[in-house]
This record gives sequence, C-alpha cells and structure tokens, in this order.
Amino acid sequence: MSETRSAPIDRAQVLHVAKLARLTLHDDEVPVVTEQLVKILAHIAQLGEVSTDGVEPTAQVGVDRLPLREDVPHVTVPRAEALAAAPETAGGGFVVPTFVDE
Amino acid sequence: MELLDSSLLDAADAVRAGKISARELADAAIARIERDDTHAYLDFDPARTRAQAISVDEKRARGEALGPLAGVPIGLKDVLCTRDARTTCGSKILEGYRPPYDATAVAKLRAADAVFTGKLNMDEFAMGSSNENSAYGPVKNPWDKSRVPGGSSGGSAAAVSAGLALGTLGTDTGGSIRQPAALCGVVGLKPTYGRVSRYGLVAFASSLDQIGTFAADVRGAARLLEAIAGHDGHDATSVARPIDEYVGACGRDPKGLRLGVPAEYFEAGLEPEVKASIEAGLKAFEGLGCTLVPLQMPHTKHAVATYYVVATAECSSNLARFDGVRYGLRVDPGKDLEAMYGATRDRGFGAEVKRRILLGTYVLSAGYYDAYYTKAQKVRTLIRRDFEAAFAKCDAIVGPTSPSVAWPFGAKVADPLAMYLADVYTLPASLAGLPGISVPAAPSASGLPVGMQIVTPAWDEARMLTLAHAFEQVSPAKGKRPARS
Repeated sequence: MSETRSAPIDRAQVLHVAKLARLTLHDDEVPVVTEQLVKILAHIAQLGEVSTDGVEPTAQVGVDRLPLREDVPHVTVPRAEALAAAPETAGGGFVVPTFVDE
Repeated sequence: MELLDSSLLDAADAVRAGKISARELADAAIARIERDDTHAYLDFDPARTRAQAISVDEKRARGEALGPLAGVPIGLKDVLCTRDARTTCGSKILEGYRPPYDATAVAKLRAADAVFTGKLNMDEFAMGSSNENSAYGPVKNPWDKSRVPGGSSGGSAAAVSAGLALGTLGTDTGGSIRQPAALCGVVGLKPTYGRVSRYGLVAFASSLDQIGTFAADVRGAARLLEAIAGHDGHDATSVARPIDEYVGACGRDPKGLRLGVPAEYFEAGLEPEVKASIEAGLKAFEGLGCTLVPLQMPHTKHAVATYYVVATAECSSNLARFDGVRYGLRVDPGKDLEAMYGATRDRGFGAEVKRRILLGTYVLSAGYYDAYYTKAQKVRTLIRRDFEAAFAKCDAIVGPTSPSVAWPFGAKVADPLAMYLADVYTLPASLAGLPGISVPAAPSASGLPVGMQIVTPAWDEARMLTLAHAFEQVSPAKGKRPARS
C-alpha cells in the first residue's frame, strides 16, 4: 500500500470524501479532521507490513450461508406507522426537496 | 431498599415466590433513578415503568405463570428500538424518535415479564470508549464521578454499578460491553456473533455488532442471556443453535480447564496496576485447578488498525440512512435535496460519528478499497486464525479487558487514536466473532475497578460462564460496590 504511505489524506481528499458521504463540513472543521485522519491512517498503514498473500478476506463470521425464508406474504409495519416519524409526508409518502437538475 | 442491592436471580425468585411485588421493586428502582447523578438514563418514565410492574403483579394475582424475569427492573441501551419509548442512539439526529416496533431482544424480555426502567445513555451510535460522545452529555463513573464509565454502553454499565437496574442490555461492536463493565466494576457479557438477534438494534457495523448483557454478578448476566438468545426470522445472521443452560453453567467446576495467556496482552501500554490485578487473577485461576498456557497471538497488534477500517467502512454505509427523509432530524436550507442531506447530517451528527463516516467512506472509495478495506478483511482472517491456533492448545483465553482503569474526563478527547487504542484487548475477539465476558478482578490501589476478560470458542458461552462464575467467587472484588444514593 505504497500510495497510502506517501499521502495518507489531504484537505482536497477530505472534502471529496465528505461530498461522497453527504456531510457538510465547516471551514474550521476541515483542518482538524484532516490532521486526525492523517494520524489514524498512519496507524492503519501498519497493515501494509502484514503478509496476506493467498489469505481469503473475512466479510462475516459465524454465518455459513444466509438462509432464505418461505416466500409467503406477511404483515410488515403499517404505512401510517412507517410514516409517523417522518419530518414531512404527503399523500401517503415521504416528501423530499426537489432533486432533478433543470 | 435492600432488594435492589441483591442479585438479579434473588430478586426474580422473590417476585415469583410472592415475597415482594413487581411494583415494590419498580418503585425502589424509580426512587434510585430519580436521585441518580451519573446521568445513566436518557429516557425515564416512572408511570410507564409502574404500569408494566402492575401488569406483572396482576398476572400473578390471576394465577398465570410468570416469566423468568418477572418484575425484574431492566434498563435498555438507547440503541435498541422500543415501541413505547424514545430511541435516540445518543444522537441529535434521532432526538425524540419513536420506533414503530420493539427490537427482538426487547420483545423477548417483555415476554419474560421484565419491567423496563428506561433507555440508557451511550456514545453516539455506539461509537466511543468513554461516553464522551453522547450528544446528551456523558455518563459519570459511579466509582469516581470525575472519571469516564467507559463506552459505548456506559449507561448500561453505570446503571448496574449504581443499582439503577438489576440488569441491562448493551451492545458490543469492538468492546462496548466488556470495556465499560471493566471500568464500572460489573459483569458484561458479549455473546458469540449470531447468538442474539440484531433485529431492532440500530446498526453501526453489521458484521461485528452484537447485543449482550450486564448484571452485578455472573449468574444475572447468564439469566439475561438465556432470555434473549436464539434464532429470529427477522435477522438472517442469527443462528439456530441449541441454547445452553447458562445459569446452570455457573457453579460447575472449572478444574482442569486450560487457560491461554497471550503474551501480547501484557505488553507495553498495560497499566502496572491493571497488570498486577490480572496477574493475581491468573494465580487465582490456578488455585481453582486451571492450567495456564502461555501463548503467542502475533496479529493482536493489528487489531486496532483492522477494526477501524472494517467498522468505519460498515458504519459509513449503515449511517447513510440518516438523511432527514424517513425519521429524525431534518434541516432544510431550502435549496435542494443534496443541501438538505448535508445540512441535516452536519447538524445531527457529532464529531466522532462524522470522523468515522469520513474514514469509512475513504477506505471504500475508488483507488483505496483494496489497499485498505480488502487488506483489513484479510488481516481479519489472520486474527481469526490466531484464535483457532490458540484454541488448539487451550479452552479459553484470559487477560485484561482494558489496558487501564477509568480515566478522567477529557484525558483522551483531543486524540482519537489514543482513544481507539484503549480497545486493544477487546477488538480481536470482536473481529473473530467470539464470545467474551468481563468479570471484576482485584481493584487498583486507588480502588478503581479492573476487569478480567475471558474469551472462549464460538458458541461456548457455557464454558465461559463456568470460568467467569468460578473466578467471581474468589475475586477480591466480590460484593464490592460504589457508594449508593
């Protein structure tokens, strides 16, 4: 992981990642969090020292195969209850701000 | 009230035998919680708790069979969904949120006739080791209120320690049950991954999260596990395996069991007072007829790095659901959807949650995925293999739960990495999906709690409880509690 050692993360990358994560960062937050992430990533870089040739990755433990349930209808949360905690609803659905670019 | 200071099993027996009513127990708990100055509870409603207790008493009056936890006051970490109480996950983004259903573990406790005392404080979305990440202010350690209770289930540990509930549920992703149990001087049990349904547990890192139990003694934690364990059709990762008699496993003779002692758990970073306590504990195990087996677990030193890639990657995905659309906070600057997302998540999430989402998004992003995420998953395999090799030579692994005793508020806040390193002894078992328990060992010279961690192979909670119970009987911490109000 040579690329990660030479440049763990910089301001531009932090802003890019924040955009991907839909997080708005304040100007005064950016240098602090960048410095913290640099330090954390420098620690994580030690993984590069571990030989993992031919080692299978572990995504999940204890679950040999995911079971499938019977394909029969069952009752889920009623619509009114599902909508009850929403900030804004209309016509039995969730209301969101406009998102289609003109 | 003395009964609230007795064991969970004694209280349950007293209710079932009709020696005390559920209402009396509930009132005792309510009175304690009203005087509480540890800030263990985020949601507390005496009327709701009393109503539940009264319905248990009415059930007995009608001659109906009572469940195994009838009338026992139980607190719930605020990351578990409850249909009759707010569920905030310690976050502003879910302030006031009321879920439409109960988590399976909560429903099972209801079915066992437990009485809920309320929702317990925690690090926001279970991310933290000190409770300082709660958006509603931290829990104080009942032993020394200038110190942290540990985290993330700090409220769950402190509530049991301070006698504000006879048992509590918490969750453990990287040590969030065991570490606060150690720092608050109570028993904290994390079951094998898959033992308890995660349905209704607000997800942080799905491949690691597991619900577990707290009590003042090992039998109490075992009784709670019996109540919540088992397969659930709502959680495909919950496993259909026989559930052992966990209370029955307490009291069996541990003689002849081989206990692995990893050298890596006693290296630099372990506070001398904790080390001395654990070494005395190891001698106590020998006195019980156990054999100590020195071990090497060479990948232990990579557990923190591995965990903070895997867990943050999963968290960045799981927390994408908090977007101001279906529940919780919405901040809408009136521009467009993206601006609403950004503003909502900026206002709703605290600094640690943001940091982890950023880190997780980064390690999953194009160009870095293999170098970080796939690499960490491979090292996770090597950490699992360390345990497989160890369990070829021993029946359980023992050592310190936390490298230090409870630290003063603020001591690690400015340095996230230092905070992460506090989880070094609990993370490996989490990554391997193994059961672990923390049991109070000899306190430090200054009187602060120390925890002995016991880890067994997957699905062997029974043997873990046998060892934990035997250790508890000879531990100098037995019966020790902080001053109670």
